[in-house]
Amino acid sequence: MAWFVFILLAVLTIGGGLGVVATRNVVHAALSLLVSLVAVAGIYLVLFAEFLALVQVLIYGGAIIIVLLFAIMMTRNDEYPRITDNKQWPLAAIAALALMGILVPAFAINSVEGTHSQSASLTGIGEALFTTWAVPFEIASLVLLVALIGAIIIARSDDGARSDDAASPDDGDN
Amino acid sequence: MPATILLTIALSDFIWIVVGLLVMFTTLSIVVLSLTWLERKVLGRLQLRLGPTRTGPMGLMQPVADALKLILKEDIIPASSDKAIFWAAPIIVVVSAFMIWVTIPGTQSAVIQNLNMGLFYIIAFSVVGILGLVLAGWGSANKYGTLGGLRAAAQLISYEIPIIMVAVSVAMLAQSLDLREIVSAQDEYIFLLVQPLGLVLFFIAGLAEVGRTPFDIYFAESEIVGGPFVEYSGAHWSVFFLAEYINTFAVAALTVILFFGGWSGPGLSGNWEIIWFLFKVYMVIMVIFWIRGTFPRLRIDQLMAFAWKVMVPMSFLSVVMTAVYQFYEWPAWSLTAMSSTALLVVGYLIYKRMTGSTRLVAQVRSRQEALQAQRKAAANAPAGGD
Repeated sequence: MAWFVFILLAVLTIGGGLGVVATRNVVHAALSLLVSLVAVAGIYLVLFAEFLALVQVLIYGGAIIIVLLFAIMMTRNDEYPRITDNKQWPLAAIAALALMGILVPAFAINSVEGTHSQSASLTGIGEALFTTWAVPFEIASLVLLVALIGAIIIARSDDGARSDDAASPDDGDN
Repeated sequence: MPATILLTIALSDFIWIVVGLLVMFTTLSIVVLSLTWLERKVLGRLQLRLGPTRTGPMGLMQPVADALKLILKEDIIPASSDKAIFWAAPIIVVVSAFMIWVTIPGTQSAVIQNLNMGLFYIIAFSVVGILGLVLAGWGSANKYGTLGGLRAAAQLISYEIPIIMVAVSVAMLAQSLDLREIVSAQDEYIFLLVQPLGLVLFFIAGLAEVGRTPFDIYFAESEIVGGPFVEYSGAHWSVFFLAEYINTFAVAALTVILFFGGWSGPGLSGNWEIIWFLFKVYMVIMVIFWIRGTFPRLRIDQLMAFAWKVMVPMSFLSVVMTAVYQFYEWPAWSLTAMSSTALLVVGYLIYKRMTGSTRLVAQVRSRQEALQAQRKAAANAPAGGD
């Protein structure tokens, strides 16, 4: 039963991933990504990691896809329906192949010790996150903070120029 | 039941769940019919009208007639729409609305599948519903639809944060995410008494989440003529309508479970306690209708500013207050004091801000009158001298 569900979810995950790169429509690509991410949440469920599955649905299935669609819808009308390849695709292919070159031998050489999948309680996850793994957890949040500040700086340099422009007619009024 | 959701369910449990889902589906449909009737009657009374009276006694058959009309209407799909997304969007919205109800308990035993992380599950799937609105707006290839979709994305993501933070503080008070345990944790005192700030934040953010009137920015009829729903008609539109009322009912039910002690009440026991539950939920819904009949719609910038400058900081404050209270094991009244002080201070500041322009006008007017009186006196003085 679990095996069958896993195969189904794996097909959905890979199919969604293929859909992201195969379709020419950006919104359809975002939807394929949604299928892929929700299927990953299903795989977490098969592994009895309910909390992780719900986090996956909340953060990736919900928030990230919505922000992605928001950004797509904000772009100009004649830009978004078509994806065209750009010059970076050989680089992307090399990066993808390199990652595969690391992952496949890693799993082939080191046979993972199969432990019986068991449910982790929410209390256990919380304690582990805030005691044993507190430092990595905080570093992860720091990474997000850096990304946030970077986004603000990029937006501000644009905004500063515009607010100067906007300020001049006000000065004229005064 | 061990902490599993899907894979270890036996066949008898499976049949039980299917029966439960059918019961849930029927009950929710009846609830939606009752809500539409109640809303029209209440709004009618608030606006000194009668509401529906013609169909059946007191207009009771009106929702049935409406439902028939909606189903029989022609279902128009715009030629330029993205067909797949246009079809998928209502399904995403209504499925997430129904999925939330799988774990909302009516009494201690009247629940289809109780989950250890019920509260978190509800929050996770309510976010998926937002996705349907955004897709509906984009898929209908209409500028009002797209605008509405954008507004829905911005508004609903912003108000999701206070909902999550208040849910966290309630979970800290109850030491559980299980909705049944949250209710039984309120045996001594209901959480309204210790966390009034949380209740106000949750209720306001919940109204924004389901787009009830002061926050119906994303389908504002007078601005963007229905937003994401502008191209939908007939059965497709009625699916959105169904989801909206189910979500309203869910917000009211969650408010009751998290803050008003759920189904606990004097005089009833066992599954009869569901009467208390429904009574409380309908009371909350009456307040929602009352607010709809009282307040005008906010502007989109006011709405976003309110979310990020008031709701988000206050919800973080409520989490911090609850954490301090739990960690130092202070008496319960201390949290009541902290929470209600914060609520009163913010309420006063908002009141000052809202009435600020009115007071400025009054100030200017009184100064002007004083000036005029002065001039008149100055004009009269030489005349008196003559």
